[in-house]
Amino acid sequence: MTATVPVTAALALGDDALVLSHRLGEWMGHAPVLEEEVALANIALDLLGQARVLLSMAGDEDELAYLREERAFSNLQLVEQPNGDFAHTIARQLYFSTYQHLLYAELAAGDGPFAALAAKAVKETAYHRDHAEQWTLRLGDGTDLSHQRMRTACTALWRFTGEMFQPVEGLGTDLGALRTGWLEAVGAVLRRAGLPVPEGAQSGAWTAGAGRQGLHTEPFGRMLAEMQHLHRSHPGASW
Amino acid sequence: MATATAPRTADDEAYQRTFDAAVAADERIEPRDWMPDAYRATLVRQIAQHAHSEIIGMQPEANWITRAPSLRRKAILMAKVQDEAGHGLYLYSAAETLGVGRDELLDKLHSGRQKYSSIFNYPTLTWADVGAIGWLVDGAAITNQVPLCRCSYGPYARAMVRVCKEESFHQRQGYELLLALSRGTPGQHAMAQDAVDRWWWPSLMMFGPPDDESAHSAQSTAWKIKRHSNDELRQRFVDICVPQAKSLGLTLPDPDLRWNEERGHHDFGPIDWTEFKEVIKGNGPCNEERITQRRRAHDEGAWVREAAAAHAAKHSGTAAAHTGGRTEKEVGQA
Ligand SMILES: [Fe+2]
Ligand SMILES: [Fe+2]
Repeated sequence: MTATVPVTAALALGDDALVLSHRLGEWMGHAPVLEEEVALANIALDLLGQARVLLSMAGDEDELAYLREERAFSNLQLVEQPNGDFAHTIARQLYFSTYQHLLYAELAAGDGPFAALAAKAVKETAYHRDHAEQWTLRLGDGTDLSHQRMRTACTALWRFTGEMFQPVEGLGTDLGALRTGWLEAVGAVLRRAGLPVPEGAQSGAWTAGAGRQGLHTEPFGRMLAEMQHLHRSHPGASW
Repeated sequence: MATATAPRTADDEAYQRTFDAAVAADERIEPRDWMPDAYRATLVRQIAQHAHSEIIGMQPEANWITRAPSLRRKAILMAKVQDEAGHGLYLYSAAETLGVGRDELLDKLHSGRQKYSSIFNYPTLTWADVGAIGWLVDGAAITNQVPLCRCSYGPYARAMVRVCKEESFHQRQGYELLLALSRGTPGQHAMAQDAVDRWWWPSLMMFGPPDDESAHSAQSTAWKIKRHSNDELRQRFVDICVPQAKSLGLTLPDPDLRWNEERGHHDFGPIDWTEFKEVIKGNGPCNEERITQRRRAHDEGAWVREAAAAHAAKHSGTAAAHTGGRTEKEVGQA
């Protein structure tokens, strides 16, 4: 069984979940309203749970999370982007949760190595997606200020979305085929929120598939430094 | 000292008699029941302070979420900090049943007119502090709060039942974290001992001033809001912790700590009440940081709350249609 685990795919999906969970964890104690402390933590915990299953398919979860160098992580650049204001966090969630939900629905319907995980994750990501959609509506259709901020955030993160549809070895599903459904779903939410669908390219020369190949953005190195520091300071210790 | 407002009318006197009889019979007072103004004010003050402590208490532990040394510990810590936010929610709701809204209470917290537990003004300097907080601070909170599950005010008592269940998880997880460190490398063991050395005395101070100096105790006891004195609870906590410290392989930083056969309790050394008073006055190591972070989160989130309110107002007639059948409130709380 171990021989058939598609390690590349497990790491790609696992790193996405691990890194976004970490970013959401940074909100704790800083959220705009108490209910969001609970909601963002819920999402972070779901993602961390997914990450632990996926990384364990590929090896030892802690070795993989704490002892790999930046270039060995294969998460999307989208999920490593700093939280920014609440609108940026919500835009990142909208883009990523929609993608993750479509992907897990597909994987759950199959009988590949990710089917069991996907069956659970598809329910979790449905909630994450709903949470992001509701906030996109509130912010897009709230006040002038919130509309402006949500619009800025959606535009700023748009160039990181193309990477989601790059092929991942061993995943057993055609990620490119998800793009149409994703564009329709995200477009529909943005329109309901009175927000324009960003016009720029979904990826540039630098970002196209880069995260999956281990090329990341500057803030990611600092994130890993913080995340890995304690673990690396006590080599071989168990916690 | 607070006393019940003197009854003015015959009606009030009858209400007061009903209230007194209910308290005497250990019945629960519910939000719609008549209650003395001073009883209401005491509860609001206590529940608000408790709610504020839950949300300020998220900060010292959230400080370690991004640095948790294993994914398992990270998940436990995130879930714990999330629980504390949930405790804040239950408690602000309990205060609402007394006619005071969350916004008003937060405003009083942010402007320094209401307090939170002083323990959270101490810093979390190492990973072991997360364990020490779980073991000692959640442990002290449970000792304080278990009797509150029988508090005379129904909504507070019921909130405490839920809260105590989760606090006891936190206490066990903290203990287990320290145990792993204590049995780990020499560096890890030293980290655990250092954390216990720093958190022990502040934890004992969580039970409040000694009985002969406690400002609100007598009336609260008569109203069955408070069931045991500060010193009784502190003693109970010390007696619980001593054997646990031993099983942890850690020492408690008190040379006077010893079993007293005659009393059937542990004797312990004098508490530095000067430090306690200084921290309460605002001169603790982190008073400024804690309240500043809270205010900043609140102020920086104002535009988000305004947007949610504006959106809800625009769609008040059709909220269900816009939230897939869930009410705005449910979506917010999910
Ligand atoms: Fe709590
Ligand atoms: Fe707790």
